[in-house]
Amino acid sequence: MRKRPVEERIKDFEEVALGFSKEEAIAEATRCLQCKKPLCINGCPVQINIPKFIKEIAEEKFSNAIKTLKETNSLPGICGRVCPQETQCEMFCILGKKGKPIDIGTLERFASDWEIKLDQRPKAKSQEPRAKNQEQVKLAVVGSGPAGLTCAGELAKMGYDVTIFESLHKAGGVLRYGIPEFRMPRDILDSEIQYVKDLGVQIRCDVLIGKTFSIDELFEAGYKAIFIASGAGLPQFLNIEGENANGVYSANEFLTRANLMKAYDKQYHTPIKIGKKVGVIGGGNVAMDSARVALRLGAEEVYLVYRRSEQEMPAREEERENAKEEGIQFKILTQPVRIKTDDKGWVKEIECLQMQLGEPDESGRRRPVPIKDSNFSIPLDTIVIAIGQNPNPLIPSSTPNLKTGKKGTIEANEAGATSIEGVFAGGDIVTGAATVIEAMGAGRKAAKAMDEYIKNKL
Amino acid sequence: MKLNEIVNKKELAPSVKLFDIYAPNIAKKCLPGNFIILMVSEYGERIPLTINDCDRAKGTIRIIVQEIGRTTQELGKMKVGEIIPNLMGPLGHASHIEKFGKVVCIGGGVGTAVMYPIAKALKEKGNEVITIIGAKTKELVILEEEMKKISSSVHITTDDGSYGKKGFVTDALNEILSAQKIDRVFAIGPLIMMKIISEITKQYSIPTIVSLNPIMIDGTGMCGGCRVSVGNETKFACVDGPEFDAHKVNFDELLHRNNRFAEEEQHSCKLQEK
Repeated sequence: MRKRPVEERIKDFEEVALGFSKEEAIAEATRCLQCKKPLCINGCPVQINIPKFIKEIAEEKFSNAIKTLKETNSLPGICGRVCPQETQCEMFCILGKKGKPIDIGTLERFASDWEIKLDQRPKAKSQEPRAKNQEQVKLAVVGSGPAGLTCAGELAKMGYDVTIFESLHKAGGVLRYGIPEFRMPRDILDSEIQYVKDLGVQIRCDVLIGKTFSIDELFEAGYKAIFIASGAGLPQFLNIEGENANGVYSANEFLTRANLMKAYDKQYHTPIKIGKKVGVIGGGNVAMDSARVALRLGAEEVYLVYRRSEQEMPAREEERENAKEEGIQFKILTQPVRIKTDDKGWVKEIECLQMQLGEPDESGRRRPVPIKDSNFSIPLDTIVIAIGQNPNPLIPSSTPNLKTGKKGTIEANEAGATSIEGVFAGGDIVTGAATVIEAMGAGRKAAKAMDEYIKNKL
Repeated sequence: MKLNEIVNKKELAPSVKLFDIYAPNIAKKCLPGNFIILMVSEYGERIPLTINDCDRAKGTIRIIVQEIGRTTQELGKMKVGEIIPNLMGPLGHASHIEKFGKVVCIGGGVGTAVMYPIAKALKEKGNEVITIIGAKTKELVILEEEMKKISSSVHITTDDGSYGKKGFVTDALNEILSAQKIDRVFAIGPLIMMKIISEITKQYSIPTIVSLNPIMIDGTGMCGGCRVSVGNETKFACVDGPEFDAHKVNFDELLHRNNRFAEEEQHSCKLQEK
């Protein structure tokens, strides 16, 4: 897939990946072997009929392709962009055994963009008439991130009256506050959310479940079942000296300022402060996003500080490549131990230890071990801590009888049912921080389970 | 009435304004110490404001705002009948209210507005409430009458001596503490004021509660921008606070942290004046 040239793209927040042209899409789709027993589908958490939509692209039946995608995935424009296809559908592609697998993600994105850009979208509401007997059944979804949007969309398609409650002033959850625009343009996100609204879903922003209304109050208000998808919004810190210094952001704060509050755009009032030298701590996708945002905000040098080697980084290869191309400097095998400040409380430098790799740990990755007396310092003005997020504790702590697991996740079975009757949960609040598509898969499963639950009850 | 509609507005002092806002879901639940987050426009910031009072029957909440930054200045210009685009709450833990005995409630500047509902709740629980109100000058003294109704005595200090005693709230506090036994102190106002009060009450070993006002974005525990060091632990003021044991708060760190965007804030206010 084509990308914008580095020198151009690092100056703005426009999308980096350009996607396929019509010709490129057809050529790529034509490569598909149309396997009799397609393995790619097994790799897809929402079970898209991949060979079918690819065949439809090859035959230039783009509206059929998008229809096939949307049978199981309400948000193809998002998935085509942010799914880690290399560890999912594309990993199973037979062509990948000897050469390059089919670029399924970019084809998915192509079909979705084709529909959005040409405004080919059929009015979803008129297409999906509501089943009459279910008209009155009200269901609530907490959180408008990938899990919540998917679950709500599926339930609306089944004919339920669905309301999503979102605490922020705009819908989208992590897709809005976390993933930067150069990876997920906001017109695409807006249009995907509009699709869910067109299905009949109501989105109520500025409502914090656990504070504005409790789970019990939602039942009292007439909602018959509730899906909790409140995500992994609690930032983790390193717990080292100097971490509360001025100039140290959690990745959540840094990205929220840039993405949700649009601090990079002068029209918006929320400030963001970026120094000349920025250090991002972590090796996941969020760390890559933070580093690339820092660069676009005008940082002269951006370091990515990671305690293992590049091989162990959880970030997608594509994102690592993008970051390196743009000039992000990887400081691997480096563990921060202390942040030093000036007399006004601003970050001056970060003291680190050099690490080496030891035996594999429980995650299967080789464990970083400090090298004695290897302390060294990196001068920095701004530090972004991107070492992971824990589940948001607000709902578990305000809902008695809701069983939680280690690290504050909500306990739910395979179908999403929790310890409280009628309360389902899915996405990062159940699994801990994971991917967009896994959250969507959980949303889909929970929708089915909620439908069964309601049908059994009525 | 529409959701988030301003139903009443009053100027309490120059650049200090009171708003009653129709927000029935929040009015139904809010308790002393809770706050809201609001935005005044699509382009605006999200800022936290403590709820001063609520009328559950009418479904309104009251906030008292000092026009100090861009958002509060824009809010100050809004009129009765206008709708605040985004408003969320009630947030934070409510104040811990019980019968302590004799309590001193100190409000500095617009902090008096935040102090009022807590003082009122303390009085209702059977405490004897001694109030200290501090302000720069006479016309910035707010809620004196309201405080008088619930206090056994109200002490007023102004920096310039134009009303009450010339001096600071700490002078009045020292005077009270040297004369009688106080069971608990509540202090809300500028950080530096709360810091000095905390140092004073520590000498007397009087438990002291402060309400902190760090910079926030979401108010739901997501961004960590409002983190404060309390007893060497990092806490998020939005979900763990906003009230903390004053003797454990690292005020110096918070004084630094609240200056993080001072330059940008000034720039933003100048832009707005143009």
